[in-house]
Formats: sequence, structure tokens, C-alpha cells
Amino acid sequence: MSNNYIKQVVNKNYEYGFVTSIESDSFAPGLSEDVVRKISQRKNEPEFMLQWRLRAYRHWLTLTPPHWAHVKYPEIDYQSIIYYSAPKSQKDAPKSLEEVDPKLLETYNKLGIPLHEQGRLAGVAVDAVFDSVSVATTFKAKLAEAGVIFCSFSEAVQKHPELVEKYLGTVVPYRDNFFAALNSAVFSDGSFVYVPKGVRCPMELSTYFRINAANTGQFERTLIIADEDSHVSYLEGCTAPMRDENQLHAAVVELIALDNAEIKYSTVQNWYPGDENGVGGIFNFVTKRGACRGVNSKISWTQIETGSAITWKYPSVILQGDNSIGEFYSVALTNHYQQADTGTKMIHIGKNTRSTIISKGISAGYGQNTYRGLVRVLPTATNARNYTQCDSLLLGNTCGAHTFPYIEAKNPTAQIEHEASTSKIGEDQLFYCRQRGLREEDAVSMIVNGFCKKVFNELPMEFAVEAQKLLEVSLEGSVG
Amino acid sequence: MLEIKNLHASIQDEKQKTKQILRGIDLVVKPGEVHAIMGPNGSGKSTFANVLAGRDEYQVTAGDVLLNGKDLLTLEPEQRAAAGLFLAFQYPVEIPGVNNMYFLRSALNSIRKQHNLPPLDAMDFLTLVKAKMKEVGMDEKFLSRAVNEGFSGGEKKRNEVLQMLMLEPRLAILDETDSGLDIDALQAVAKGVNSLRSPNRSFIVVTHYQRLLDYIIPDVVHVMLKGKIIKSGGKELALELEAKGYSWLEKEAQA
Repeated sequence: MSNNYIKQVVNKNYEYGFVTSIESDSFAPGLSEDVVRKISQRKNEPEFMLQWRLRAYRHWLTLTPPHWAHVKYPEIDYQSIIYYSAPKSQKDAPKSLEEVDPKLLETYNKLGIPLHEQGRLAGVAVDAVFDSVSVATTFKAKLAEAGVIFCSFSEAVQKHPELVEKYLGTVVPYRDNFFAALNSAVFSDGSFVYVPKGVRCPMELSTYFRINAANTGQFERTLIIADEDSHVSYLEGCTAPMRDENQLHAAVVELIALDNAEIKYSTVQNWYPGDENGVGGIFNFVTKRGACRGVNSKISWTQIETGSAITWKYPSVILQGDNSIGEFYSVALTNHYQQADTGTKMIHIGKNTRSTIISKGISAGYGQNTYRGLVRVLPTATNARNYTQCDSLLLGNTCGAHTFPYIEAKNPTAQIEHEASTSKIGEDQLFYCRQRGLREEDAVSMIVNGFCKKVFNELPMEFAVEAQKLLEVSLEGSVG
Repeated sequence: MLEIKNLHASIQDEKQKTKQILRGIDLVVKPGEVHAIMGPNGSGKSTFANVLAGRDEYQVTAGDVLLNGKDLLTLEPEQRAAAGLFLAFQYPVEIPGVNNMYFLRSALNSIRKQHNLPPLDAMDFLTLVKAKMKEVGMDEKFLSRAVNEGFSGGEKKRNEVLQMLMLEPRLAILDETDSGLDIDALQAVAKGVNSLRSPNRSFIVVTHYQRLLDYIIPDVVHVMLKGKIIKSGGKELALELEAKGYSWLEKEAQA
């Protein structure tokens, strides 16, 4: 698919924006068993879903929020959150781009986001006139032809309850952690993908997703199943900064790869990071995990994290099937007062399992950036191999970089390599570039992009370019 | 071309103590001339080169520097580059992950932009860079490698000369470009420099050894000592220094 085609596609208006615009239909703030029941009822869920939510809720009550991450934030009052709110009414939305914060528009322009898409991202009410042939519909037809199920989580619960019941919570059980339990009890919606046996998903699910999933909720749930011999590439997020009134985001993503299946999951996260003084911004507490259940299966996570005031996420892979492969490529950037504690877990269970971890942390301003990773080789994992490379780049003297690698090897045949480096963006490098005629800002972005190259190489092509631009914009004002 | 009057510069050491390095340099370089600056370690040669290029860890405490009539000291390093100043580094810097060709092209186009010229298109650039690489004896594979990363000492210096050939400066300063080079690399560097010599281009060659000056014949040789130019002469001064060392000059200066 050519870049131009994608641009055309993305430029078009999109149909499924606010079609079901229900008048303000929100619960009162607070969480109780009753609220969980009401959510399930509103969504017309089968009994197994309700029971699962309730078990999660009851378990959540026994938990306390975790504090081991290297991040600081005020206690969250979970009783002040509204746990169910129907899509916002069109009445409150800005009527046109003129009503949108000019600062936000400026950023969109810098990122080269087309006008139509700007409106959608800024939450402008969708025009009443649509293209007769919706792009999204075309995509949907193409996917259906291949037998790929790609729909909202709610739709999947209605139309494919057997798949949901079989796989939901099997990778991230509700008992996993505080935020996973909370998400399991109250999640509003999310995405569901099933790729049948032997099918190579005919398109990057990114393009479709970017058109369709602008208003994802606060508690999002994603489940992707790649059946035997199948292949899918999925892209979550967007380079454009997204505003959201909800401060707490606690998503859960589960990936399942059966025999010889491959899942590539790429994320670009650019939620509102708060202002230059650290006021506001999203708290992003995400649990992402993939299970390589089958032999020769492969799960690859790539993430570009530039947004949110606080990022707490560890996309992990459980390498269960023999010869399975897990990969984690990450760029995390913190500027101003942002804090990120991110990394991965690679759990080697099967024989000849391999994992690769490439983590690049960039800190600027007063940003704090932490890599936290676990490589665990269980006694069954004969000939397991891991390679970890974890580099930090500091811009200036007021930011911080921290690395917490954990390694547990319980099989003597395991081979584990760990390389780590911390460097300050060199005065030498900067001067060298400037002596050759490059402006200081261009020099910084060139050096930073070079630093991240290994990770950008893993992104779908059209997105790598956007990711580079995103870093440039995110680093603006961090030098000089 | 270049006029330097009474240039003083200092640096702050780790204890925040100010250390005077350049103590009043006067120098005039005319268009087309090659000036060699020699002197023992610690005499201020490299500082001099870096101060001209605008490295901000040095403070200029007095003096004037004019490049083609422009007040160099008020310009940012990239503006100095655009004004035609090029510094071949003593220790070229590695920039991991940044493609050498991309770097060169960005640099060239950034300078062109400062002169309101359109960017050179990719094909023209490639043709040009390949021709220049041949001149300095660099394999084309270096284009796709990261800037100086994993280059040997000689390869780094050739890369510096390649950049110089591409950017075609008005004033090129070579900061000990000959250090650590074998004879082949030395000749390649000299060949590059000589090919650029022209009536409207000048060079300042900072070096410890006379050896380089066998290949790049200077018009004037200066001896720097303790931050001052204490003696200037023709190319035969370099030979004299080679034979007698610097100590006689030190005594002369003290006397």
C-alpha cells in the first residue's frame, strides 16, 4: 500500500464517528458492585462477562495501588471517577477548528496532520456530509473476505462470545495487578482481533484503526488472537497529541499467538503530557502482555512513548511454545516533568526460546525515565537466549535516567546478554554538527533520531517517518 | 580574508577557576594563503582553532576576529560555517545511527539554505560525493555507515577532508589532521587540501610536525607558545623547528 494511498484514505471523512450520539448518559462518580453490574447491563453482556467482572471487582477490593515504580504522583481517588459514560454528545464538541485551542492546532501542523484529521483528533463535531463510499467500510469488507474478525470489544462480546470467553483474561488475569483488576471490572470498550488459521492479515490494522478508534475510553481492553500459521500487524495510537479529560488511563492488552503465528504490535503513545510546569497530564497505567502459546510463534512489541505525565507499562511476552520468539523495541521520551517507568518481561518456558530487548530512553527538561525489565528463564527452557540492549540519552543536567534490569536464569544452558549505556547528548556531538552548518535544533533531532534508529526500523514504514517528527516536536525547547 | 587582533580566550576548569589560554594573538591571513601554526603541547593551538569555530566552552575575553569583514565572534557556530569557516577536527566525533551521507547532505543543504540557495537534489549530491570520495581514497561503503562510528583514525580524518571538499569553505582550519596518520592517509589528506587551494581560499594548518608541511607547502609558518605567536617566518622555519625543537624559542621568548 503506497504512502499516498494511505494519505488519501486518512484524509477522508469518516463515518463511524459519533453515529450513536446518545444524550449525556453517565453514571454518578464512584465504584461499587452495583456500578459493575450496571456497566455489564448497559452493554447487554452475557452472564459469563458479568461474573468475570464481578470476580475482578471483588479481587480489586483486596488490593492496594502499587508503589514500586520510580514515579511520583498524588493518590488517586477511585471513588471520584465516573466509570461509565456514553459517547459525548455532539452539542459540547467544538463546531469547527476555529474553536479548538490554537496551541493544539500548531502542533498538528508541525506533525503534518491533514486538516480533516485534525478536526477528528481535536474532537470537532463530524460534518453531516459523508463520502458515499466509506473507507472504513471498504477495509471492513476486505478483512471479512480474508476471514479476519476486527471489531470493537463490545461487538465481539455480542457476536463472538465463545472466542471472548475462551481467551479473555488468559494472558492478563484479573488477579495480575491492581490496574488490571480495575480494568477487568469496569472496562468500557476496546478492540478485538481474531485471525483464523493460515491467514495473513491483508493489511496493517493500523490504517483502519487510526480512522476508527479516536475516542477510546479510559479503561480500554484489547484482545488479539492469531490462530495457527497466521500473521497480523496492529498499530495502536497516533502521533497527534490527544486531549482527554480523564486523567487515569488503565488499559489492558492481551495477545495470543498459536503455533507458527506471528503478532506485531506497534504503539505510538502521545497522550497529553501536562504543561511545561508539570500541571495536568494523563496517568497511563497499562498492562500489556502476549503469550506465545504455540511452537515457532512470535510476538513483537514496538512502542514509541512520548506522551502522558506518567507512563507505567511493561509489554511482555510469555515464551511458552518451543522455538518461540519475543521482541521488545522501545523509545520512551520524557520532557518537562514527565515520568516514565517502562520496560518488559520476557518469560522463557519453552525450549530454544529467544528474546530481544532494545530499549532507548531519552530524558530532557526535568523528565525522569526508567527502564525496568525482567528476563526469566525457567528450568524447562533449554537453550533459551536473550539479548538486551538498554541505552539512555540525557539532554541537559536536570533530567534523570534509571535502569533496573532483573535477570533470573534457572536453566544452565541459558545465554543472556545485557548491554547498557547512558550518555549525555555530547557537547562534542552538538558542536560537530553545528560546525558543519546544522542548526542546533536540527542537530539535536538528528542525534536523537540516530540514537533511536534501531527501534524506528521496527515500525511500519509510513509510521517511522511520523515517529521521527514526533520526537522533534516533543523535544522542542529542550535545548538552548 | 581573516584578521585577528589581540585575541584573548580563557576556559573554566573543573574547580570553576578561570584559566587564560590565548594571550593576545594577532594574525592576518590573506586570500589564497596557507598558514601553518606549530608549537609544543599546551601552547594553545587547538584552543585557537576551536575559538575561531565558536566552541562555547571558551570565553573570548578580548580581541576582534573578522572573516571577510564579518565580525566572527558574534556569530553562532552554524553561522560561522555558513560564512565559510570549516574546522577539521583533531578528534572527529562519532554520531551513532546517523547515516554519513544523510549527515553530509543535511550539512550542505543547511549551509545552502543560509545562503538562500535551493537544496541540492539527491542525485546531484550523490554524483558529487562519489567523485569527492574518489579524491580522498574513501570507499563508497562509508556513505551508508554512521558518521565516524567504528572508523579507524585514518578513516575519520579522510572523512573530515571529504566533508571539507563537499562544503568548499573559504577558510579551512585543520586541527592536527596529521596526528595518527600513516603515510598513505597523510598523502590523501594533503591531496584533498591541495586540490582545494585557490586564490580565494585560505588554510590554517595546526600541526606538531613538519612532516605534513612536506605535502602542504605553507606560505607562512607561525610558532605559538603560551597563547601567543612568538615567531613567524617562511616554510624554512618549519624545518628549523624540526631540527632544533622549540626550546631555543622558549629561551628567546624569555630573554
